[in-house]
Amino acid sequence: MMIVVEVMPKQGILDPQGQAVRHALHQLGYTGVNQVQVGKRIVLEMETGDADAALQEAREMAEKLLHNENVERYRVLPADGADE
Amino acid sequence: MKWGVLIFPGTNRERDAVDVLERLFGQKVRKVWHTERDLSGLDAVMLPGGFSYGDYLRCGAIARFSPVMDELIRFAASGKTVFAVCNGFQILTEAGLLPGTLLRNTNLRFINALQPLRIEYNDSRFTRRAEPGQVITVPIAHNEGNYFLPPDGLKRLEDRGGVLFRYCTPNGEVIGEGNPNGSVNNIAGVVNEAGNVLGMMPHPENACDPVIGRTDGRVLFESMIGQLVAA
Repeated sequence: MMIVVEVMPKQGILDPQGQAVRHALHQLGYTGVNQVQVGKRIVLEMETGDADAALQEAREMAEKLLHNENVERYRVLPADGADE
Repeated sequence: MKWGVLIFPGTNRERDAVDVLERLFGQKVRKVWHTERDLSGLDAVMLPGGFSYGDYLRCGAIARFSPVMDELIRFAASGKTVFAVCNGFQILTEAGLLPGTLLRNTNLRFINALQPLRIEYNDSRFTRRAEPGQVITVPIAHNEGNYFLPPDGLKRLEDRGGVLFRYCTPNGEVIGEGNPNGSVNNIAGVVNEAGNVLGMMPHPENACDPVIGRTDGRVLFESMIGQLVAA
């Protein structure tokens, strides 16, 4: 089954990519955009069909490797399959 | 001294490291590929710069799980010298051997420049031949050199004197004007609590050979080696 790990900069952590994208959006006329955050979406195709087990394992992976707790937060969720 | 120079896939500054250690400082050097698990017989290990694993995921995040790293963690725990520059520093923060994280430079650019650094103290195996407050100018070459620690961790680091190098102006002033990449408190290099592991973003190894016209980086090597070496 497919699991998504979404990794985002923690609130308050400087996100220069987000700032650059916001700047570009403003230049395109989207001046109503107050803040942009740029993160990562990591899609795991896993052997198991057990959603709980897959989510638990994905959390372990996020803790060990996929995110850096100093500067990032993450969440794991089942992919709906439609867009992965 | 006998040195190991660690090489990961994507490391690209190892030749500079080996050349400086062997040719300029007369050291014995063994190149250590990341799949090796044996650091026996070495007195010190240097982690050079580069782009290990293409900087995928986060700089140093994948190299941190290379087979050699378990042994490096034991090597560091034994009190021997570990000297990491640039991507090597990033790897050590990911491995938890040093605190902090290197974020993207605030100006979003790869910075390749000569940069003054202030040596905070000389009660350290890495700076014992320097003067406290001495300013050295060495190259920096990085995209993710913006040192970050949350406030509580930063206070702990500062309180224990873990900051050995700070970015500064040519006059040694540690102010925003002398900060190239947005690092908190102008931090350019930190040591672990035991004082035997140093990570720094700048490249002192690229300011050692008089042929290049700049020798400010020599004081680090002379400190680590424990003797002056004629340039």
